[in-house]
Amino acid sequence: MDQPATCADPAHSHVTFDDGIVLECGTTLRRHTVAFRTYGTLNADRSNAVLVCHALTGDQYVAEEHPITGKPGWWDNVVGPGCPVDTERFFVICPNVLGGCMGSTGPLSNRELPDGTESDEPWGTEFPPVTIRDMVRAQKRLIEHLGIERLFAVLGGSMGGMQVLQWAASYPDAVFAALPIATAAYHTAQNIAFHEVGRQAIFADPDWLNGQYWRSGRIPARGLAVARMCAHITYLSEEALTRKFGRRLQNAPKDSTEAINLFGEMFEVESYLRHQGSTFVQRFDANSYLTITRAMDYFDLAADCGGDLTAAFKGTQTRFLLASFTSDWLFPTTQSRSVARALNRAGANVSFVEFPTDKGHDAFLLEEPDFHRTLAGFLRGCAAHAGLGVFA
Amino acid sequence: MSALDPVRFLAKNMRVDLALIAGMIAPGTRVLDIGCGDGTLIDHLFKTKNCDARGIEIDMGEVTHAVAYGLPVMHGDADTDLAYYPDNAFDYVVLSRALQAVERPREVLQQMLRIGTRAVVSFPNFGHWLVRWQLLSTGRMPVNATWDRPWHETPNIHPCTIRDFFVLCEEEGYVVERWLAADDAGRRGPWRRFLRLANLFGEQGVFLLRRR
Repeated sequence: MDQPATCADPAHSHVTFDDGIVLECGTTLRRHTVAFRTYGTLNADRSNAVLVCHALTGDQYVAEEHPITGKPGWWDNVVGPGCPVDTERFFVICPNVLGGCMGSTGPLSNRELPDGTESDEPWGTEFPPVTIRDMVRAQKRLIEHLGIERLFAVLGGSMGGMQVLQWAASYPDAVFAALPIATAAYHTAQNIAFHEVGRQAIFADPDWLNGQYWRSGRIPARGLAVARMCAHITYLSEEALTRKFGRRLQNAPKDSTEAINLFGEMFEVESYLRHQGSTFVQRFDANSYLTITRAMDYFDLAADCGGDLTAAFKGTQTRFLLASFTSDWLFPTTQSRSVARALNRAGANVSFVEFPTDKGHDAFLLEEPDFHRTLAGFLRGCAAHAGLGVFA
Repeated sequence: MSALDPVRFLAKNMRVDLALIAGMIAPGTRVLDIGCGDGTLIDHLFKTKNCDARGIEIDMGEVTHAVAYGLPVMHGDADTDLAYYPDNAFDYVVLSRALQAVERPREVLQQMLRIGTRAVVSFPNFGHWLVRWQLLSTGRMPVNATWDRPWHETPNIHPCTIRDFFVLCEEEGYVVERWLAADDAGRRGPWRRFLRLANLFGEQGVFLLRRR
């Protein structure tokens, strides 16, 4: 796993915009590429488009086999034929975020030089800091490019949910229904703290080389894996870890260098986390991880509106579904509830459901029949209100 | 609405007081139903009166059921969550058979008439003759079809009579625009002009209120 297996791979379907995007930080990217996948068919009046926003380490391969890992789509239980987001009814678009590493412009892309030409070296850590709003603006360009004026729905979990909230706040007329799931209107100090541990793990890896690891032909695999392991714990819950692993032991790998393995054994949960870490580095770029975690940390939708989240949604006609999960301590229900209350104050049409589960934050990606039934029903109800012809 | 609309019609077996409440609500209005349960009333109001009807419900199972039917319902508590709605956000705010179960009925009514121009309230009448008879004859808290749990388990912590409710409206300065008393089958009683009879024979009271 010495090479990033990905990433500026031209095989990802994409569109490149040459008219420049001014980022919130003030930097202008003269060209930017949005890699994306679509599923289903856009109807004649272009009213059945659904945008799916991916989370921190997700990508555009929401409902098909991943080209690098060979694994099924990360939300193929939610998006697909006959699924809650039914690709036989809806035209589903899933873009890779700005700053990502699966074909959209990000730290892996070749750097823009001041004269407008392209360097033959990647941006690396020189890639300008991007925000959730920048990501959403890049997505808006894609949607316009596809000839879509109004999205029937925008949905996503975790960082995807942040994008959903930003979409609803920035482009209320372009979003008929918004489904921010297991998310929050800002990243808490605890959220930021966990991200910082991950970033420090990457910085501490001798292979990181101040972000210019492409020069050595190696990647900071160890640091990125530790970042993933730390983050992965926050996606689970104590109950889920206990249920899956308890205190069970297994044989330690023969080549293990850790002196602390007693009697050649290790806990199953250790083995699981190591596996999570080592598979992650095959598909994700460390500098992208730094860029995107920063974007999440900076997200604070209310701060853009003088500290009043209600102002972000004033007069909105969008129909909202907020969903949270009981054992999610990374984006707990209290966060979703405070968004719901802010929307109430704005007079918005809000549905809000909390689902009982022991699966933690990851529940939004897993088999949760009540959650899926609710997504499907909410979208059906919205389709009836939108007068969507897709059911005819 | 197309003929193929997949949202099932929930309101076929609508509880009788809901039918009486729906009769007090004008078409095309904005309605908030507090304690909406599975959303039967809001479904009915949207489908038959084209109302922009929404709900709050405290029971998460009911919320899930309602949203999975495509109805706009959020989880919330009447005692605490009405404060998050702006003034005059709705034409009607409905509280059906839940006034007796909230912690602070007076404050809930105040919130209802802050966020709505009008309030529609229904509640089981504790002044019904059977309740009075059970208390009088047995000397114990009444238990019957309406008041169906022992005193130590009932969620109905603030029972009141139709006359009590009139007194509260008077004290709070609410105008009773319409009211009726109905029997347990939902038939309106013939006691419209006789409050004392309504309070004796009405199984439930339904009130349409507005601010003075």
